[in-house]
Parts: sequence; C-alpha cells; structure tokens
Amino acid sequence: MKLMKIRDHNELFEAREYREQFENKKEFEDPWPAERVKEVAEWTKTEEYKEKNFARKNIKINPVKACQPLGALFCASGFADTMPFVQGAQGCVAYFRSHLNRHFKEPLAAISTSMTEDAAVFGGLNNMLEGLENAYSLYKPKMLAVSTTCIAEVIGDDLNSYVKTAREKGLIPEDLPVPQAHTPSFVGSQITGYDNEMKAILSTITTGKKSTPNGKVNVIPGFDTYTGNYREMKRLFGIMGVEHTVLADVSDTFDSPNTGEYKLYPGGTPLADAADSINAMATIALQRYSTSKTLEYIEKEWGQKTAVLPPIGIRNTDTFFEEISKISGKPIPQEIEDERGRAVDALVDSHPYVHGKRFALTGDPDLLLGLVSFIMEMGGIPVHIVCTNGDKKFEEEMTNLLTESPFGAEGKVYINRDMWHLRSLLFTDPVDLLIGNSYAKFLWRDTGTPLIRIGFPLFDRHHLHRYPIIGYQGALNMFTQIVNTVLDELDRKTMNTTSFDVIR
Amino acid sequence: MSTAIKDTQKMIEEILDAYPEKAKKERAKHLAANDPTGQCSTCQVKSNVKSRPGVMTVRGCAFAGAKGVVWGPVKDQITISHGPIGCGQYSWWARRNYYNGQTGIDTFGTMHITTDFQEKDIVYGGDKGLDGALHELKELFPLAKGIGILSECPVGLIGDDIESVARKVQKEFKIPIVPVRCEGFRGVSQSLGHHIANDTIRDHVLGKGRLDKTTPYDVALIGDYNIGGDAWASRKMLEEMGLRVIAQWTGDASVNEMGIAHKSKLNLIHCYRSMNYICRHMEEEYGTPWAEFNFFGPTKIYQSLRKIASYFDDTIKENAEKMIGKYKPVMDKVIEQFKPKLEGKKVMLYVGGLRPRHTIGAYEDLGMEVIASGYEFGHSDDYKRTYPVMKEGAVIMDDATLYEMEEFTRRLKPDMVGSGIKEKYSYHKLGVPFRQMHSWDYSGPYHGFDGFPVFARDMDMTVNSPTWNLIRKHGVPRKSGDLLGR
Repeated sequence: MKLMKIRDHNELFEAREYREQFENKKEFEDPWPAERVKEVAEWTKTEEYKEKNFARKNIKINPVKACQPLGALFCASGFADTMPFVQGAQGCVAYFRSHLNRHFKEPLAAISTSMTEDAAVFGGLNNMLEGLENAYSLYKPKMLAVSTTCIAEVIGDDLNSYVKTAREKGLIPEDLPVPQAHTPSFVGSQITGYDNEMKAILSTITTGKKSTPNGKVNVIPGFDTYTGNYREMKRLFGIMGVEHTVLADVSDTFDSPNTGEYKLYPGGTPLADAADSINAMATIALQRYSTSKTLEYIEKEWGQKTAVLPPIGIRNTDTFFEEISKISGKPIPQEIEDERGRAVDALVDSHPYVHGKRFALTGDPDLLLGLVSFIMEMGGIPVHIVCTNGDKKFEEEMTNLLTESPFGAEGKVYINRDMWHLRSLLFTDPVDLLIGNSYAKFLWRDTGTPLIRIGFPLFDRHHLHRYPIIGYQGALNMFTQIVNTVLDELDRKTMNTTSFDVIR
Repeated sequence: MSTAIKDTQKMIEEILDAYPEKAKKERAKHLAANDPTGQCSTCQVKSNVKSRPGVMTVRGCAFAGAKGVVWGPVKDQITISHGPIGCGQYSWWARRNYYNGQTGIDTFGTMHITTDFQEKDIVYGGDKGLDGALHELKELFPLAKGIGILSECPVGLIGDDIESVARKVQKEFKIPIVPVRCEGFRGVSQSLGHHIANDTIRDHVLGKGRLDKTTPYDVALIGDYNIGGDAWASRKMLEEMGLRVIAQWTGDASVNEMGIAHKSKLNLIHCYRSMNYICRHMEEEYGTPWAEFNFFGPTKIYQSLRKIASYFDDTIKENAEKMIGKYKPVMDKVIEQFKPKLEGKKVMLYVGGLRPRHTIGAYEDLGMEVIASGYEFGHSDDYKRTYPVMKEGAVIMDDATLYEMEEFTRRLKPDMVGSGIKEKYSYHKLGVPFRQMHSWDYSGPYHGFDGFPVFARDMDMTVNSPTWNLIRKHGVPRKSGDLLGR
C-alpha cells in the first residue's frame, strides 16, 4: 500500500486553500490597512521608538524572570524524598510544574493546598492541615518543604503556627522536617525564592546537628537549570579528591534514567548529608544572587567560611580550582589542567570566527556575569546586557567586570529591563549574536540576530540542559555552540556567493 | 448491576484505601464505574467542587481559564497579566493558539505583557500603575484594538478597582478596555475563569463590532482556540459546506469578530465547557440558536456535518452530502493505513474541556477503545454527555490526582494515555505510550478532515514507537537480542 502523505500544521497552512481562507477572513477582522501596519512596523525600529520604549515605567513586555515560589520548589526538589509543598492557590503549582516539565522534559511532583476564596477570608489554616495530612499519607515524604504563593502572603498566613498545629493534631509526625519559606511573587524572582527555600531547609534540617567537622565542602549551585552542571561538578570534585555535599542536587530529579518505573522521588541530596552540612569545612556557592541570604546565614549561624566561585568561562574556572585547592589543601590534578588545555586549544583554533563579534545577552544575573566574562576571554564584545531580575549590586558588579577588559568597552548593562527593550536596542544598534532563552526566538525572528540558546527556560531545543556549561568542559560546550552558530549563519549568508566555503 | 460495573467499583475502592478518612470520603464521589444507561445512581460522579488540599490535583485556576483559554487567543488586543510576574510568564504562548498577523505591531498573541507587581503595589494598590501601563501600551502599540486586564490573585485580595481604571481609560482611548476578575483563587478550577471571561465578552465587546451585510448562511465558530490550527481546519469545512463564518472564537479572533457573533444564524460550539455561557446569552438576548458539534474523526464529522446542515436549506444539506462523498474515500484510506496498527489498543484519557468525550469517536474510528476518561474541570453536564459514549464499567474520573492516575494505569494497563504536560513524563518513565491531548504534543490540527490524518499518524507513532521497547525495566535481567520492556 502506498502510504499517504500527511501534512500537519507545519505545511498544511501554506497550501493555497488556506492562504485564501486567511485572506477572506479579513472581511470580518476589520484589519488595519497593510501600509499602516508597515509604517508602524518600521517606526518600532527607530531611535524615537526606542526612547518611548525606555521611558515606560509601569509595564513589562517579554520579561526574563519567573517568580519566587518556582525557585523555591526547584530548590526543594533537589533534596531526597522531599515533597515541595506550596501553601497557596493550586493554579500556581500547576504552572510551576508545567514550566519545569517543559524545560527538563521530566516529571515533577509538587503539592498545593488549593486555597480558594474562603481561605482568603478565613485564612489558610484548614487548607494547610488537610494538605499536610493528605500529602503525608499519599506520598510518604521524609520532608515537606513549604513555600508560599501570593494569596497566603497577602492574607498573612502564619505558617509556623499552622505546622505546629498539624503536629499537635498528629496529622504529621513530630519529627518530620517541615521547613517554611515565605516566597511572595511580588518580591524578587525565582532566584530569591531559591535562596529563601535553601535557607529555610538548611536551618531546619541542621538544627542540633553541630558536631565534629566532617572535612567536606558544601556546594550550593544556586538556581542552575543545567543538570549537566551538577554531574560535571561532582565529577570535578571527584578528580580533585575533595569530599563534598551538593545542596540541592537536582541532577537525578530532572534527569533520571528510564527504567520503566516512575519514582516520585528520583534522587536529590540525602537528608542525612544535608543535615551534616553544618559540619563542613566551608560552603561554596556557584552563584551569588541566588544564595546571598543563605550564605549570610551559614557564616553567621554556622560560623562557616563561605565563598562565591562561579565556574563559567576559563578564568572563572581557574579561580574556582585555585580557591577549592586552598580550601581543601588538595593540589589541582594534571587531569584538570589537561582539560583546561583542551578548552583553551579550541578557543585558540576558532578565534577568527568569534573575535570582534558583538553580542547581546539576556538572562539571570549570575549567568550573565559568567557569560560576559567568557565572551571577553574569547575576543567577543558584549554590547547589550539585559537583566530583568538584576539589582543595583549586580549592575555595579557587571559594570566593573566590563572595565576589566578592552573588549568590555562597548558593554552596557540594563537592569529591570526586558526583551522588548532589547528589541529596540537590536534595531538601533545591531549586534552579531544574541544569547538568551527560548523566548528570545521572537527577537531572532524580528531582528534576524542569530540566537544561541543558553539560559532558562529552554523549551524549543531538546536536551541542552544535559550538557554542562560550567568548568573547562562547559566552556568548551558553550564555545562549540557559539562558533558553530557563527558558521551556520555564515553558510546561510554566503550560500549564493562564491564564499560558500567547505573548509572554514 | 453488571459485573463490569462491580469489578470497576471494587478496583476504585481499593485505590481509595490509601487516603485519610476525610479525603477518601470526598474522593470516592469523583470516581465511578460507567453506566451508559444512566440508571445506576452510584455511577454518577460529583464534579466542579473544590480539590482536596495536598493530593496533587492537575487543575489550574481561573486565571488560566480566562487568560490562557478564552481571552489570550484574541489576537489584536493586548492581554495584560495584571499582578506579579509568574502567572503571565508560565502561560506565555503555552497553548499554541495560532493566528495570522504581525506580532508586536497589529497582533500580540505571543507576547507576555505584565504589570509585574512589586511589594509597593500590594501596599499602596496597583490602580495607578495600571493606568500608567495602559497609557504606555497605547503609545507603544498604537494599532491595538483593545486591551484586556486579566487579574491575578493579589489584585482581588488588596481591593483594587480595575473596573474604574478601565472605564476611565476606555473613554480616553475609545477602544475596549476589558477588566477581567479572574483571580486564581476564585472558583475551584479553570472553569470559573471561562465563565468570568464569557461574561466580560458579553459586557464589553459583544454587539459592538462591524458587519456590513448578513446572509442566511452566517455562522459563528465558538469554543475553538485554534490549537495547532484546529479552527482553520474546521472553518475550511464549514466554508466548503457553503456557510459563511463571520466570527471565530477565540482562536485567531479579532476584537471585531468578538463583537459580531450574535449576528450569525447559528452559533456552532465545539468546546461546550468554556463557551456555553455566552452561547446561552446570545440565544436569550438576540435569539441566536446554538448547536454542539464534534469534528474529531470521520464518524463524528459525518454526523456533525449532517446535524449542522439540518439547520439550513437543501443547498447546504446537499453540500454536506457531497463533502461526505468526497472525503470518505480519503478518510477510509487513513483508517486503512493506521487501523491495523492500532486495532484493539486501550486508551486512558484525562484532559479538560471537550476532549475527554469528543475524541472518543476518533479513537474508535482507528479501532481503539477508551477504557477510562476524566475531566480536570468538568461539570455534571459534561459527564452526562460522556456516560452514553463510553462502555459499561469504564472508569470515569473527576479531578483525578497523580496517585489515582498511577493506580488506574497499573491496574488497567492502557496501551496509551492522553493527558497533559504534568502527566507526560511520569508516563514516559513508566514506559507507557503517552500523548499530550491539550496541546496535541506540538502537532495538529486534529479537527476536521485535514486533522484526522494527523491525529491517526500521531496516535500510531505514540503507540508504536520502537523507543518504548528499548526501555530496560528495572530488575529485569539482560538478555541479548531480547526486546525487553513492554
């Protein structure tokens, strides 16, 4: 039997009968004249439009940030046998789960207490009590990590007393850890929520656990959505021979092997290890802006040494290993030095294709700091740096970073701005390459700037999160992505010219 | 009572045993063994009531229903996610409501536009900022035909008066500024959000559009959100029948179309759940009749074409027959190609809107059987329409939890499951073939004669992908050349 040719939406609507349908439908749409649409489209590319665009104060258009509880839930999911438990409306949790499902293409369990109008009036106590009882009976967690959504925060739910009541009523065991973080969406972003939940979990789970030093180093990755980074970090610590505890280890939560069974809790940092983190010799954070409160707590309450060592790019990774070596007293092994050599070799070999290339970037603060540092190392020029969830401190840190290299001279950082601002920048001051998440593809479409997908969320390309972007191997991965995007673009541009080279 | 019903009831009881007493009592009302005759009183599920806290419901909220489903797809209005950053972020272009237009210039469907509430907005109120936001949007997007203000939880909790801001600005701009009170804590699911959105269509845009002439063949296509182009595939069929589709709600809709549907001779509603309210209103207020139809799979399509034609003259009736004659050989060929690979396969569905019942016929056209089905946010009228189209003893579930779905899967062993993104990857881990039946797993259209071949192809690739056979079940010893797994 000759098989039918099946056309789905990707081809179907290009057919003549559909093009005619769309044209005829305009009769009912009351559309603007085509010339007017064209005129406005051109106007949005101008300096005049850019000024209007940058003058807005009350509205975000295509922002690059998520909300606190998403970060809290992400953090909680990196602890073993832990159910993220959200005191608030159920729609929020449906959204958090979907968002993370779409990025990782993995399942994620999380609970809400389904607060509705009556809870808004009378408070969320009953929701919390029944929620704790049901979640504990059905899903048998060893920790219920609480965060909140707007509703619980606006009405001012007293989480601590609610949990106490649940214990008194015997709905959950007396010794079940139930850390609580307040994570209103109208403060900060997902990186703030990560920090708040991490602090809540660590302060709960380490209570009374202070004993003899365990000789380990704690590693807090921060709101890092690359499962490959977690595996890479563990590999590198293994090579260094440094005993360590990753807090919180989401690598198996969001990248678990398919074994024909569904595990509610597929991995995460064992709770005993997390509890013992108070006895480590130091805590290293790989991001600054998603861990600041946690680090402050660790220094103050645990009396532990902390350091922020973001390992993105060559020099950052150099510093990372030097500091780890100092902290642990272990030398940097030749194996790591060799990895460095291979990454640098790649940068040297391909430099003609990235040298002088101008970049626009958008993403979370720590990612942007790492990327800008790396771009300058390879001879690229960071130009527009847009960070919706960056604060003044970040702005200052980024500005200082840019002054460290002649390649940073053109760079300008924009905090509290969004991708519609970036659109204006890309039209008025075009660049060669754009780095951003999947939603930046609309900028690619509008401005033609080739997009390199690094960040969160990545919905429209598969499995990128499995490949590390930290360490020397991560630098090599990103560099490969960047240089080959340049080469793809070069092929596209030269396909009808004599410059369509096969050896580049 | 038949054995089929008794067996299913026994299974449900066993599953419910894991719940604490209160939740068990409540959940028992939402799970039932199907009785197609409707005579068995214990076979009716309770629905549209609050989810139990802590059970992991799949449900979303009123904002999702109003912004995500009904208003979001209207292409030439700006939809503001009014409140903190998250709600708009997570619902950003997630439903693939396709539209034609130049995004950011004369259409705005794939944009995430939000007032991004900060603490000061909670303390001092967000109305002033909203007023400013509306003015900034008007300046940057002069071609917008309207602006919708879709409220998130805090807006209602702090007592903002978005209606008065909207009224004031509408006078100034002379385009509809639509305040939608769809805070996520309202109601028990997405469903109330649909209703609230319908009411705001009624109050702010209906009756205000321009339609130069009418004909005896005017219809409006209601409750089709053009996911993967569904509405376009349906529209093509209605036009081929000789009907004139004057409005398409709300997939690829313009504000003008939102204002003229009442002038149609017949409102054709696909997703009854999300837009029956406005159809009833148009019937009462303007005398516009409405009819439900189903464009999934040839059997239902043929029935629906004849049903729709029955409202019109002989020309349309003849056209419907001609179409059936023309497309039946094509549909038969699709069935011939795919049925042998799908015959006898068992399907479990857990979706929303119309799909838990409307897609059953399409599966049956391919020789498959739906053995369990349920709605995230259905009402009793949805279930009444479902009981007769399912077999005796089939599982009916309302607002199912993750735990229940896993248990049903373990016991019923479906050959494929159709549900949403939150369920998808746990089924992949289980090695159970799975298809997203909200977003068509980024495929589509599934509606109409152009959609059925895509549906058939997709179900085949779901059930018969060789990747399922690569899964090595935990604990099963390795044997060379052995196709382990399912």
